[in-house]
Amino acid sequence: MGAVMSNTDFVLAVEDLTVSFDGFKAIDALTLYVDKNELRVIIGPNGAGKTTLLDLICGKTRASAGSIKFKNAEMSRLPEYQIVRSGIGRKFQTPSIYENLSVFQNLEVSFPRGRGVFGALAFKRDDEVRDAVQSVAAEIGLADQLQLEAGLLSHGQKQWLEIGMLLMQDPELLMLDEPIAGMSVRERELTAELLKRICKGRSMIVIEHDMEFVKQIAHKVTVMHQGKILAEGSMEQVQADPRVIDVYLGH
Amino acid sequence: MTFSEMLNIGLMQGFAGLSLFSVLLLMGLGLAIIFGQMGVINMAHGEFMTIGAYTIYFVSHLAESYAPKLVAAYFPVAIVAAFGFAFAAGWAVEWLFIRHLYRRPLDTLLATWGLSLGMQQIFRSAFGAKEVSPTLPDWLMGSWAPSAGLDIPINGLFVMALTLVVTGGVLLALYRSRWGLRVRATVANRVMANATGINTRQTDRLTFAIGCGIAGVAGAAFTTIGSTGPTSGSLYIVDAFLVVTFGGAASLLGTVVSAFGIAQTQSIAEFFITGSMAKVLTLSLIVLILMIRPQGLFAAKVRR
Amino acid sequence: MTRITMNRIKPWLDRSGMGSVLLLALLLAVVFPLAFDLFRLNLVGKYLSYAFVALGLVMLWGYGGVLSLGQGVFFGLGGYGMAMFLKLEASDPVTTKIQSTPGIPDFMDWNQVTALPLWWEPFRHFPFALVAILVVPTLLAFVIGFAMFKRRVGGVYFAIITQAVALILTVLIIGQQGYTGGVNGMTDLKTLLGWDTRTNGAKYILYFLTVALLIGAIVLCSSIQKSKLGTLLLAMRDKEDRVRFSGYDVAMFRVFAFCLAALLSSIGGALFTLQVGFMSPSLVGIVPSIEMVIFAAVGGRMSLVGAVYGALLVNFGKTYFSESFPDLWLFLMAAMFLGVVLAFPDGLAGLYANKLKPWWMRRRSRRSEATDQATAASPGRPGGPAGTPAGGRSEATWGLS
Repeated sequence: MGAVMSNTDFVLAVEDLTVSFDGFKAIDALTLYVDKNELRVIIGPNGAGKTTLLDLICGKTRASAGSIKFKNAEMSRLPEYQIVRSGIGRKFQTPSIYENLSVFQNLEVSFPRGRGVFGALAFKRDDEVRDAVQSVAAEIGLADQLQLEAGLLSHGQKQWLEIGMLLMQDPELLMLDEPIAGMSVRERELTAELLKRICKGRSMIVIEHDMEFVKQIAHKVTVMHQGKILAEGSMEQVQADPRVIDVYLGH
Repeated sequence: MTFSEMLNIGLMQGFAGLSLFSVLLLMGLGLAIIFGQMGVINMAHGEFMTIGAYTIYFVSHLAESYAPKLVAAYFPVAIVAAFGFAFAAGWAVEWLFIRHLYRRPLDTLLATWGLSLGMQQIFRSAFGAKEVSPTLPDWLMGSWAPSAGLDIPINGLFVMALTLVVTGGVLLALYRSRWGLRVRATVANRVMANATGINTRQTDRLTFAIGCGIAGVAGAAFTTIGSTGPTSGSLYIVDAFLVVTFGGAASLLGTVVSAFGIAQTQSIAEFFITGSMAKVLTLSLIVLILMIRPQGLFAAKVRR
Repeated sequence: MTRITMNRIKPWLDRSGMGSVLLLALLLAVVFPLAFDLFRLNLVGKYLSYAFVALGLVMLWGYGGVLSLGQGVFFGLGGYGMAMFLKLEASDPVTTKIQSTPGIPDFMDWNQVTALPLWWEPFRHFPFALVAILVVPTLLAFVIGFAMFKRRVGGVYFAIITQAVALILTVLIIGQQGYTGGVNGMTDLKTLLGWDTRTNGAKYILYFLTVALLIGAIVLCSSIQKSKLGTLLLAMRDKEDRVRFSGYDVAMFRVFAFCLAALLSSIGGALFTLQVGFMSPSLVGIVPSIEMVIFAAVGGRMSLVGAVYGALLVNFGKTYFSESFPDLWLFLMAAMFLGVVLAFPDGLAGLYANKLKPWWMRRRSRRSEATDQATAASPGRPGGPAGTPAGGRSEATWGLS
C-alpha cells in the first residue's frame, strides 16, 4: 500500500494531481478538498486549468499522477460512466442536451434507473419516474415546457435543462462549468437562486467569471493559476489577497 | 535446394512484394492525403487508378497507330497524361459532389461508392468489358540479373523507381511548397486557416485532385503488373484503405511503413501457403492489430 | 357503428405507428399473393430476405449512427449455416452413389476430399444448424463490436474494418472450395427435414413464413425503438459524451445494436437459402453488403417499414433494369447512392412524412372546413381538424415505425 490514505470527511479529496500534455503541465501537483454541502467556486484567468480539473475529476481526461478520491473511493482510474454512477455530475461549458428529444425525454433519460442495456430495454415510465421529472422540472423552471422539443428552448433554458438532467441523477457532487455564460441579468439572478437551493444536501463546484454572481453563491472560493492553486478562502479574503490582485483581479 | 537458391527465391519473392508495395503505396498516399486533409474516405479511389491505367492504354494505342517510332518513348509521356486526367477528374468530382459532404464522412463513403459504380459503367461503355493491356515499350521488358539465378524484372524496378520519385515529390510538395503549407495549416486548424485568409475550399479541391492524380500514377504502375478492366480499381481499394488506417490516417510515414509491411507479409506468406490463404492471413492480422490499436501504427498525438 | 370503432382505432393507429405496419402486412400477406404469380412471389420472398438486413441497418445505422459495410458477413453466415444442413441432407449415400466418395457433398467430391470434415458433422442435425444460424453471427458481432466500441472506434474506421471482415470471409470461402463449394457456392438444395422445398406448395409456405418473421421483426424492433434503449441510441448518435456522462456505458449499447443487426441479417440469410435453394459468396462480400445499405437508405434509414419498401423497390428495379437496360442499371444505382446522400437523406419515408402526408392533411383539413361551414358550426367548438404533427419534431424520424 503505497499511497497515503487520507481518511477524511471530505466529499472530494484531490491530492497531488498532475496532468501533462506533450510536456506542458496543465495541472501541476494540485491539492484540493471539498466539504459536504459546500458550494465551491473556482475562478482564475483563462488557461489556468479550471476546465481541465473538472475533466480530470469526471474522467474525461486521464491524470498523469496523483489521486482523486470521492467519498474515500479512488476515481482516477475508473471509466466515465462508473464515476458518474458513483455520484458525480458534470455540466459542460456549452449546453449539452439532446436537441431532438423533448424536455421530458431529456430528463427521463437521465433518471438513474435502467442504465444497463437490458435495464434500458425493460425501463418503464412509471409514476416514480414521472414524479421525479415533474419535480425537477419545477425546480429548474421548465414545468410548462415538458413537451417542447429541447432544441427550441432559449439558451438560458437549455443551461437549466442540463442542470435539471444532472439533478435527476441526484449526484452528491455537482460540477458546473460556466453555468451562466450567455444569460441575461434576470436569468443570472434566477440561476443564483437555483444553485443556492440545490446545494442543500450536496456539494458543488462551479467555475465562473462573473464576480457578482460568485459573491452571491460561493461559500468558499479557489483561485487557480497556471495549473496550481493561487489562493483559497472566502470571497472577501480572496479579493483582498495581493497575489490574486496581481494575477487576476487587478485590471 | 542450396542456400543461394533459397536466398535467390527469397529475394525474388521479396521483390515481388515490392511491386505490390509500390502500387499499395501510391494508392495509399493519395488516400492518406485526402483523408488527412479532408477526412474524406474516397471509395472511388480505385477508379481514379483505373483512369490512369486506361490513359496508358490509350496513349500506347495512339503511339502504335500514329507514331510507331516513338513507341519506346511514349511511356513517360503517358504517365504524365495519367496524372493529368486523373487530376482533372478528381477536380471535377470534388467540385460536383464532395464539397457538399464535408462534415458527413459516412455519407461521403456512400456517395463515393455510388460514384465508383458510375465510373465503372463509364469505363465499360467507353472501353468495353474485356480487359486490355497497353503495349509496354521494350526497355521495360525482361529482367536484370545482378547475379546468377537472381532475375529481377525490369518493370518491377521501374515501378519502384517511379514510386520513390512520386513519394519524394509528394513529401517535397507538402513540406516545401505553398500548397503544402496551406494543406498542413488546414489539417492543423481549419478555422484558423480560414481566418488567416487561406482559401480552404480551394486547397481542399487541389488536394483532392492531387490525391486522385497520384492514384492515376498508381494506375500507370499497375499496367506493368496486370491487365486493365472496368473493375480493376476494386482489386486494391480495400487494401489501400487498410494501408491508410493501419499506418495511422494522418501520417505519411505510417502509410509507407504499413504499405511495406502489408505487401511483404502477403508475398512472403504466399510462398508458404496458397494465395488466398495468404491474403486471409494478412487481412486478419491487420484487423486484429487494428482491434487492439485502432489508431494505427503512427497515430497523431491527440489529447486524450 | 363502424364510424365509432374507426374513431377509436384511428388515434391508436396514428399514435403507435402501427398503421403503416398493418398496411405493409396487408400488402405482403394478401395483395402480393393475389396479384403475383408464384415465380414473382418467390422473387418478392427473396427480396424480403434482404429486407431483414435493411431492418438491422435501420437499428444500427439509423438509430445507432454506426455504419457497417459488412452485413453480408452475417447474411452469409446464416445462409451458409442453413445451406450446410440442407446440403448434407441432399447428399445421402443413396443419391450420391455415383461419387467417388458417396455420402458427402458433391463439391467435396470434385475437390478430391474423401471424408466429411469434423466441423461439418454437427450440421447433420437441424437443431444445431438453427442454433448456429442464431448464435454464431451474434457472437462474432459481439466480439468485433466489443473490441471496436470499447476502444471508441467508430465512424469510417469501423466501416472500413467491416469491409475488411467481409473481404476476409469472401476470400476464405472462395479459397477453400473443397470445404465450402468455392465461388459457385452450395447448390442443389432440395429438402428440409424430408419436406421438398421446391414444390409450389412449399414455396408458398416459405413465402408466408418469411412475411410472418419479417413483420415480427418489425414489431420487435419497433418496441425496442420506443423503449429507453431506443431513445438512448438516438441520444448517443448525436451526443455521445452527454450520454456517457449520464452514467451509461455507450460501448455496450452499440454492441447490442450491432448484435441485433447481425442476428436479423443471419435470419434473412437462412430464409434466402430456403427460398432460393442455394448460397454463394457473391452474397457475402463488399458489393452485396453495400447494396444492402442502399436498401435501408432508399427506404429511409430511420424507418423500419421504409426499409422493406426500399429493399423491394431497389431489387425490383435491379431485376427489371439489368435485363432490359443493363448499361443503364449501374448509372441508376450510382444516382441512387448520390441522390440519397445529397438530396434525400430520409429516403422514401422522408418523402412520405415531409411531402405526402402534410399535403394529404392539408387537403383533408380544407375539405372538413368546407363541411363545417356547410353545417354551420356552433361557437365554442374546439379548434382545428386532425391536423399538423405535434411538437415540432421532424416526422421523418418518428412518423413511421
